[in-house]
Amino acid sequence: MDVEAWQIVGFTAWVSVLSVIAILPLGLGVAWLLARRIWPGKTVVETFITLPLVMPPVATGLILLEILGRHGWIGGALHRHFDLDIAFTWRAVLVALGVMSFPLLVRSTRVAFEEVDPRLEQIARTLGAGEMRVFCTITLPLALRGIIGGMMLAFARSLGEFGATVMVAGFMPKTMTISRAIYQAVQLEQDALAYRFLAVSVVLAFGAVWCSEWLLRGRRH
Amino acid sequence: MKLLLQKIVLPLSHFTLEVNVEIAGRVVALCGPSGAGKTSLLDLLAGLRRATSAFIQLDEQVLTDTARGISVPARHRGIGYVPQDLALFPHLSVRQNLLYGQKHGKACDGLFSMEHITQVLEIEPLIARGVRQLSGGEKQRVALARALIATPRLLLLDEPLASLDGGLKARILPYLARVRDEFRLPMLYVTHNPKEISALCDALLEMDRGRIVGGG
Repeated sequence: MDVEAWQIVGFTAWVSVLSVIAILPLGLGVAWLLARRIWPGKTVVETFITLPLVMPPVATGLILLEILGRHGWIGGALHRHFDLDIAFTWRAVLVALGVMSFPLLVRSTRVAFEEVDPRLEQIARTLGAGEMRVFCTITLPLALRGIIGGMMLAFARSLGEFGATVMVAGFMPKTMTISRAIYQAVQLEQDALAYRFLAVSVVLAFGAVWCSEWLLRGRRH
Repeated sequence: MKLLLQKIVLPLSHFTLEVNVEIAGRVVALCGPSGAGKTSLLDLLAGLRRATSAFIQLDEQVLTDTARGISVPARHRGIGYVPQDLALFPHLSVRQNLLYGQKHGKACDGLFSMEHITQVLEIEPLIARGVRQLSGGEKQRVALARALIATPRLLLLDEPLASLDGGLKARILPYLARVRDEFRLPMLYVTHNPKEISALCDALLEMDRGRIVGGG
């Protein structure tokens, strides 16, 4: 593979890592609320969060384009006030990957929180700990393997994202990811390049999913 | 200790917990068949559950008064709790477990210092270990020490010896007696065992299907 192809691999890995880091605080918060609290509208929020998993990715991408484009609600405001564009930039890739991998992160993390014995949290409170201390010293460390497993799963999902990303980021060279590069190479009948991207993609995805499974299995035992 | 439990109403799966009782005494045994509502009552006292209706007063402080919307959070109640499953934090060392409830993270001098408590309960050699490396009896003493180091003004013990075999029970019982005599701390002690009641307690409450049905 040439330098340009490796740049695509590097960009894909970098933006996937960044998207997981970006969705982590919100993902942890939502997962904890779903695991530990009963509140009105919980089922609606759960369903809404799961939507990107079951909707056609291009449909999710179209929604993002409507919101983040220059005429969109968020994209328009950012363009007018800060001269900042989202659609068809690397930021669009970041948002698309984050949205598509968010449900996986929340689902894994929620299970990890649910598996922490609530009795431990209760006893920590009787020992004088406030909610934040209970979360940081009891819940989070005990759920950590599951959370990291969920992050690896979200990372693996980001690596392979195609449909939503192609809608909001197109085929711009600076925003090219592995999956879109494979598609483009096949379209241009550059089969050898497509297979090389395929090999890299398999290695990265296998590594991420294997780590995730190892961490999640370790949590169960 | 004077503990007032009035107008307690808490629906449970098979019956409703309904309690009106004034508890006085230093070590009070709470006994009754399994599923009588004893643990639920301790949870209410510790502020871990919310009742439909409740008035709970410990000495001069109102801890819960649903009529006036008062509910002191568990962390401000000053009530130590050793649950049946002990709930030791498995990812922390014995030392970290013991220090978890220490006030403001500062060493406490005298009676409730970690040094004194670990000495009384003979767990000094264990403090560098992980919780998973402890035997049943050692875990029991560590859980007790952890609750004591938080300097509670009332200690709730939920069948602390239930999971131990006969020999181990006999070995742990004197430690509980030492805690009673050394720290002079009021305790509410859930047990089925007449030996434990006679060895430790100076008053008795019997519970059945969510109600106090006897005492002495």
